[in-house]
Amino acid sequence: MSAITVSTTVNGDAVDFICQPDESLLDALRGRLGLTGAKEGCGTGDCGACSVTVNGRLVCSCLMLAAEAEGAEIGTVEGIAKGNALHPLQQSFLDHAGLQCGVCTPGILVAAKALLDRNPDPTDEEVRYWLAGNLCRCTGYDKIIRAVQSAAAQMRSA
Amino acid sequence: MRYEKPQTVAEAARLLTGEKGLSRILAGGTDVLVQLKAGLVEPDLVVDIKALPGVRSIVAEAGGFRIGAAVSNAQLGEDKAVRALWPGVVEAANLIGSTQVQGRATMVGNLCNASPAADAVPALVAAGAVARVAGPGAARDVPVEKIPTGPGKTKLKRGEFITSIFLPARPPRSADAYLRFIPRTEMDIAVASAAVSLTLDEDGRIAAARVALGAVAPTVLLVEAAAKAILGSRLEDPALEALAAACSAAASPIDDKRGTVEFRKDVVGVLAKRAARIAYTRAGGQS
Repeated sequence: MSAITVSTTVNGDAVDFICQPDESLLDALRGRLGLTGAKEGCGTGDCGACSVTVNGRLVCSCLMLAAEAEGAEIGTVEGIAKGNALHPLQQSFLDHAGLQCGVCTPGILVAAKALLDRNPDPTDEEVRYWLAGNLCRCTGYDKIIRAVQSAAAQMRSA
Repeated sequence: MRYEKPQTVAEAARLLTGEKGLSRILAGGTDVLVQLKAGLVEPDLVVDIKALPGVRSIVAEAGGFRIGAAVSNAQLGEDKAVRALWPGVVEAANLIGSTQVQGRATMVGNLCNASPAADAVPALVAAGAVARVAGPGAARDVPVEKIPTGPGKTKLKRGEFITSIFLPARPPRSADAYLRFIPRTEMDIAVASAAVSLTLDEDGRIAAARVALGAVAPTVLLVEAAAKAILGSRLEDPALEALAAACSAAASPIDDKRGTVEFRKDVVGVLAKRAARIAYTRAGGQS
């Protein structure tokens, strides 16, 4: 297999990397770029731990070839905080204990931010359906929903 | 494995025709990448069709819409005009997978993956949708129901691929609906499903209908007897019972972990009745 050079934008920064044709975007983010926030849970698009945005659209990075990222704008969990200042969603997950082991958390933060960017005032049901592709085996989801709603309220009043 | 992203249909056809080994077409990748990961396929060539002209757009055409092969189901769901004309097609496509999967999955991929349980396909078949097939020769238009031939198999020949799906214009007082049965509320594969598209006359009687069933045969079924059962009716109870009976009779499902033959045959009739009622109400009928 011959390697492919990919030019892309990750969290606003221009980035070039070299990958194999059958390498997933998730593997390239983690292995080539050292961005280990996105996690591999299932590797088949069921668990959402690898969630990133591509041109603003929420996707599973395990279900995308790295080569497909050519020219795209990628957003990962590493781009959510502004320097040392946590995003309201991140602070809210800490305040509401919206995580235990934390493996699902980066994907849920990316997914929840994508929701609030589109819909700043979702119902609990809308949050639950939007996050149906993000599996958490620790929390039972209630604290996650509370954390998202609390962050949404805070962001609306900001 | 080689990865190619051709800029023209001719180049894509040339790549696919010239490949001696196994090739796969990549649009949303939500099936192809799972198959790669599982080692179910080891393609020598992957052709990414997302740079082909028009494949990422939804264009109004002849009173209907042409949906490009790389239009994600999320993008489709955000198009108010398509949703207004073909609400059943859009609701079917939007049932597939999670938000993340919706961001990449396409209706053409759902069709070409050729699962009998594909959610978008019964709705497309009921809609009379037409696939545009490109390849080494001239492009041709093929009714969607003629594409799948069995689980995982399509009629597409070597070097051929679908570039768009056309959803036709509709007369006034027309609508469609899609329902599936799953044991959960979200993120599951249809155990049985039904799509109904119909047009009412000025008196609220059904003047035209198409009924398609999913997950109850090796391919999605277009059931003419089911459509006939409701023609001329206002969906009165006898018509609905005849519709359900025709659907159950047409179904030839398998037993598996998700449902038995008896269950699927029964439920597919119930789903058809309920989908018909929804389509009827959407078309403006008073029942």
